[in-house]
This record gives sequence, C-alpha cells and structure tokens, in this order.
Amino acid sequence: MITAKPAPVETQTCWSCGTMRAVHFCEFCGKVQPPAPVDYFTFFGLPRRLNLDVAALEKDFYELSRKLHPDINARAGSQEQEWSLQQSSLLNDAHRTLKDPIKRTQYLLKLEGVELEEQSKSATEQARSSGQVKKQIVPRDLLEEVFELNMQLEELRTQKRIGEDDPALIEEIGRQKLELEEKHEALLEELQAHWKTWDRLVEREQAGEVVSEDERKQARDKMVDLLNRRNYIRNLVRDVSEALGE
Amino acid sequence: MASDRIVGIDLGTTNSLVAFMQGESPVVIPSEDGLNLVPSVVALDEKNQPVIGNAARKHLAETPERAVYSIKRLMGRGVDDIQEELKFFPFRLAEDLQPGEVLRIKLGEKTFTPPEISALILRQLKRNAERFFGAPVSKAVITVPAYFNDAQRQATKDAGRIAGLEVLRLVNEPTAASLAYGLDKKQNGIVAVYDLGGGTFDISILKLHDGIFEVVATNGDTHLGGDDIDNLLITIALDDTLGDLGLDLRRNAEAVQAIRKAVIEAKIALSSQPSAKLDIELPDGKHYLREITREQFEQLIHPIIDRTVGPCKQALKDAGLKPEQIDEVVLVGGSTRIPKVRALVKELFHRKPHTDLNPDEVVALGAAVQANILGGGSEATENMLLLDVTPLSLGIEVAGGVTDKIILRNSTIPASATQFYTTQIDGQANVAIHVLQGERELAKDCRSLARFDLKGIPAMAAGMARIEVKFLIDANGILHVSAREQRSGKESEIQVQPSYGLTDEQVEGMILDSFDSAEEDFRQRQVIEARNEAATILAALDKGKKSPAWGQLTTDEKKKIAKMEKALIAVKAEDDYQAIRKAIDALNQGTTRLAELMMDSAVSVALKGKTMDEADMGEGPAAPHPMAKAEFE
Repeated sequence: MITAKPAPVETQTCWSCGTMRAVHFCEFCGKVQPPAPVDYFTFFGLPRRLNLDVAALEKDFYELSRKLHPDINARAGSQEQEWSLQQSSLLNDAHRTLKDPIKRTQYLLKLEGVELEEQSKSATEQARSSGQVKKQIVPRDLLEEVFELNMQLEELRTQKRIGEDDPALIEEIGRQKLELEEKHEALLEELQAHWKTWDRLVEREQAGEVVSEDERKQARDKMVDLLNRRNYIRNLVRDVSEALGE
Repeated sequence: MASDRIVGIDLGTTNSLVAFMQGESPVVIPSEDGLNLVPSVVALDEKNQPVIGNAARKHLAETPERAVYSIKRLMGRGVDDIQEELKFFPFRLAEDLQPGEVLRIKLGEKTFTPPEISALILRQLKRNAERFFGAPVSKAVITVPAYFNDAQRQATKDAGRIAGLEVLRLVNEPTAASLAYGLDKKQNGIVAVYDLGGGTFDISILKLHDGIFEVVATNGDTHLGGDDIDNLLITIALDDTLGDLGLDLRRNAEAVQAIRKAVIEAKIALSSQPSAKLDIELPDGKHYLREITREQFEQLIHPIIDRTVGPCKQALKDAGLKPEQIDEVVLVGGSTRIPKVRALVKELFHRKPHTDLNPDEVVALGAAVQANILGGGSEATENMLLLDVTPLSLGIEVAGGVTDKIILRNSTIPASATQFYTTQIDGQANVAIHVLQGERELAKDCRSLARFDLKGIPAMAAGMARIEVKFLIDANGILHVSAREQRSGKESEIQVQPSYGLTDEQVEGMILDSFDSAEEDFRQRQVIEARNEAATILAALDKGKKSPAWGQLTTDEKKKIAKMEKALIAVKAEDDYQAIRKAIDALNQGTTRLAELMMDSAVSVALKGKTMDEADMGEGPAAPHPMAKAEFE
C-alpha cells in the first residue's frame, strides 16, 4: 500500500472517528475523506519522477479502488457518497494519466508550467481563422525525407484520382511508413532516456541540493522537443495511412 | 430487512427479467404465470388499462394499434434518428410531436414517452418481485447495453424513477454477465463477452484480477440484434405475397404481426433443426407456405451478423490485445443461440465460447450480483468490484465545429475532465457550451448531449474571466457538469438543455404511483402537464416567428397572437391548470393559420408522425434472395 511511501499530503484527522489518518480514506474506520486538491503524483504518494513502477501503480490503483469506488460506498451518507465519487474519479484520472508513458510525460511538463496543449490548440485556431493549413515545424533532420514523402503522397493521390495504380510507388510508400513507425518507437526510447536526466534533478533537489532553473529548463525543453517530434511523425503516419486507403 | 432488498433487472429489447441474490447464488423471480421471461410488450386493454408481458402479446396480435414492442430502440432518441426504425417497426408517433420534444408513442388514443412505456415494464417486474417477497421493493440495479450513450442511460434511469424504483446503479449488460460467470470461477485472466440480444450488440473485454472485474475496452452497436433478422424475413415474406399474389399486406398490421410471429418461430427452430417450415394464414384464407433450410438462413443473415465483426476488432485493438490473448469468451443474448453466430465468435477469438449459463438470464443474474455488492455484499460477492468504462468519448464543440475530446472512450468511470473558458467580449455574462459524445472529428457527426449556458459571469474585460468547468461521468456512465468563475470565486449557474430527454419536472409528473394517489397529486400533475404543454406551444410559436410563414400574416393577426401569447405566459406562472389550458386553446386557435402556412414548408414533414402504414416497408431486397420460391394454397 501507499503507506510505505512518503505521504506529501499533510495527515489530517478523520472527519468521522477523529483518528489521525491516511490521505484518501481513514485507515482506522475506513471512511472516505473529502478530496484534497492534489496533483496526480501526490494522489498516489509519488514524487514527480518519470520512471515509475507501473506494476506497483496498478496494485495501488486496485487497492485504492476497493476503498474509494462508489459501489463500495453505496450505503454511506450522501456527503460521503459525493466524496467517494470525486475521489474515485480523481483516482481513475490519475491512474489513466500516470500509467501511460506519453501522457505521464505530458502531464509532468504541464505541472512544470509547459503548456503543450495550448500551444497546439492556439496553432490550430490560428490556422483555422487565417484559413491556412496548420503549420507544423518540421524537425530539421527530417526535412528532406518529409519533402520527398509528401511528393510521393501527392503522386499517389493523383494516380488514385485518375484510377491508376503503381504498385512500385505503393510499396515504396509502405516501406517509408514502416520506417516512420520505427522512428516513432525509437523516439519513445529516447524520451525514456531523458526521464533519467529529469529524475536525477528531482533526486538532487530532494537531497537538499539547489538545482538551477537553467538545468530544469534544459531537461524540460528536450522532452518537449521529443514529444513534438513524436507527434509530428504520428501525424505523418496517419496521413500516409489515409493516402494508402488503410 | 426485506424492504432493503435490492433487485437486479434486465430491461431487454425483447424480454425483461428480475432477479435477486438468494443466499449465495442469484435466481430469477418468475412472473405470476410462472415464467421467468416477461416479454417487453406493453398494450392498453379495452378499459385503457396497461397490460404487460405475455398478456400484452395477445393484444399485439389482435389490436396491434394498441400495443408496442422493442421500445428500447427508442430510448433516449430523437425523431431524426429513428427514421430507420420507423421503416421496420410499427411505432405510431404522436401527430403533435414538436421538434426537440421527447418522442411520444400512440397506444390507442393515448400517448406515452419511451421511458413511460419502459416504466410500465419495470413496474410489472417490481410487482412480480413484491409478490415473491411479500414485501415492497423500492431499489434496483438496472442493466443497459454497454454501448448506450448518455441520453439512453438517462432515459433508462428516468424509467426507473417513473416506475417508483430508486435506481442504485446502471450496469452494462456484458459486464453484468461477466459477474454472473465470475461467481463460480474465481480466477484471473482476460475475458471477452459477446452479447447479441434482441436489439443491441455489445462486445466487452475484461481483465479479472482477484475479484476485480476491470473492463479494458468495450464497443458495440445499439441497433443490431435479433430484431434485424426478423425484419429481414418479414420483408421477404411481404415481398413474396406482393409479387406472387399481388396481395399487399404491408399496411395490414395484423397480418404483419402474424408473419412476424411465424418467422420468429422459424428462426428459433433453425438453431436446432436443419430446416423449418413457415405456414401463415393470410387474410384472404390462403396460406403462405415456405421451407427454409439452415444453409439458406445462414446465407441470408450473414450481412447482419457480420456487422458484429468490426466492433470486436476495434475492442481488441483498443485493449491492445490479440485474439490469442483472450482466455475465455462468454456468449450472452438470445441471438447467440444461432449456430452461425457461435461459429463466427469461434473464428474471431480462436476459441470455443462458453455457453454454460442461459444466455437469456445471465444478464439479470449478474444484475442481482451487483445489487448484492451494493447492498453490502455477502460471502459469495466478497472482494468483488466492478470497474467499468465509458463506451464513447466525451467532447466539447470548439471553433470551426470541431470536437475537442476531453474524456476518451474506454476510460474507467467515474472519470472527470476540467476545461477553462473565458469571455470573448467586454462584460459578457454568458458562455455557451455544447457537449458531445462520439468518436468523429466534427461536432455535427457526434451525438449532441446537451447545451449549457454559463450564466451570471461577473462583468469583466474580454478574456479576463476564467471559468472552470468540470465534467464528470459517474459510475452509471451519466454526465454531470459544474462550473465556477475562478477570479470572483462565483459559482456560475448552469442551465442544462438536454438535447434528448425529459426534464426533472416531466419525470416527476410521470411517476406511476401518483396515478393512484390523491386529488392534490392529480391537480399538481395537471398543472405540470399544462405548463409543459404551454412551454411547448410557446416554443413552437417562437420558432414560427422565425419562419418565413410569419411574414405572410397580417399586422392584425400578429397583434392578436402577441396578446394571446402574453396571456398564456401570465397564467402559466399561476397554479390554475384550467386557466392555463384555456389560454393554450386560445393560442392554438389563434395560430391555426400560421401553423397551416408552416405546414406547407418542408420542416413540418418531419413533425408529422409517420406510422408503419404510411412509411414504406423499405425497398425490400432488390436482388433475388437465395430462398426457394414460395408456394400458395
């Protein structure tokens, strides 16, 4: 259970039995406690590190579900039922986010003040209002490749329009798609390598060391860059699939 | 203790059942006639009293215009999305249906909303349970197809309330079935539940882990089931009688019901026999005779059952699993008795499916298990916990009519998402939000759930307000919304305008128990009804004013209408239902010409109730079907 880990949320008294209790439910009388406005890491009693034992997370998720789920608290008073609903939705949201490596990274960056979604959203809206295709910054090392691929996709679309079929072209595009998918995978591995850099910063801080904002920023920016590249390639793969009629 | 008994109810398209936990195992409670299945048929007898179940089937054959079946297909739906159903089902819509209004079905001269008809079935089940226990029953767990959307779930919950039942939980049918199966086999592993019923199809993939039943993915089609097979066979028979005898029976409701009964019997027989005979007496005394072999039948239904393949593959993909990774497959729903369906499932999941439990009863049994869990559990259900998911993504309409998904499908529920909104112009007091459900990119292709108005935003410069809106899907799969303006800390008022569904007041007015109660209840109900009617006509008038027809009225006519409108608004606030009715009648009279002018426009076409008589029975199979030619005697 989460008792083995540091509990960053202050321990409080149980509203029902008055015992000093655990975070989300009272360890003494089992009652659900009012939800505290905490981030997902804190909810699970975890430090803001990116390397995470997913199996242990799942175990905690099941254990907490057994205490917080509305079905377990179906006979409680209406206030407690309300807390149970809020706590269990927070539990599910936190688990869903943290168990997925990409969502976890995005979430951590958001906690660190990086507005990934907003960046993409405002770009989308700007593109829409100006009537232009949303511009994506093409990663420099992909520039040549993407240019080539787009030409081929255009050719494929043209051929399809006039009802022609070039097996060699389709095969070539299919090969490139496979390469892109491999790159997509490789980027996840690269991202995970950068988790280590980030986690070490957090550990140093926890040990009382002062970490400069520059250092943090560097670690953050690298991850943002990798996420953007990964996103770019994912969209590219989607375009290729569409063009191939998959 | 008896009064605390929670029952589990399977409110099915074709049949409904009620079950409860007897000691350590769930059992189905039989009806008065001793049968476990209550056909989901409702009829009105000669005295306009509702008749339910087997008793109602007699009426369906004799006075089809006073009976209705498969009402589940209409739950939580609007007039626009049931055009397909109207082709094949003898639903008779009320003629005075307004756009945006909840559907109303005619039984004889009376009209009922789908939740009210479902409530009559639920009340019958409630009574069966009360007779069985010799004590009142007021709490229930009701099952719904996993792929039901928010409106369909809400309509089911409303039906429970109208029937006088507190609905403690809506449980997804395949999940409930897995609970019934999981009871005797306490093990860990991955289970797929394939549920093909009378009107709906669901596929759910679950991970069983020390008593936790965690749904990892679900998919389905809320309009796919045994009904579709029946309708196909009916269409063929009608086609034959028309083509070979020149006898058009499509408008003959009684004959259609006789054909329906015969094809259902043949369909059932074909699950155990190599061939089945149809022998239907036609109105002119002739007999429609035909033999169908199982091979022909399988060829015919192939396109229908093949529609289950896509959802199964998508569910596997969403779960990130290969068919080989599924440990067990469970079959649920009457249509899974068809050997061809079993063969298809075997092929899809590479293993022979389980059929140990009665596919008609397993969902109700599972609902009883869940009822037991909610009631505090017992030895049999100790450690059992259901973690279900939302079947459809929840989204918000953003600029350009695009759906911005905020809770993705297959998220464990309860689930929540928080969005921030701001104002576009100085001093703006309202922000409109459109909530959607579905997987498509564009808002217009998704299901509209509700439109919200955030009201009472304190006056600020444009972009200064920061309104936090929290969307929460509860354990029933139903959406709740709350909002707060962060800078002022003011709770914003939310006006919910459900796109499809009854308001709380409407449901109050429909509660069945109040039918038998005192004068005051009656009067109050009348007031509410009258007010609802007033609201409907006022809304219709508002619409009328925006239509081109309005311009064709004279200034005098417009003045008169305005006066009557004002009068109605005034009495609507009062508690005198007779006065409200009078004002409604006056306005109705005064707007006759406007209505006529509007009738000419195309909009009115959709408003006019289409019955099976008027609606085409469909094209019929254009290509020659593979069955032998019919004979006539």
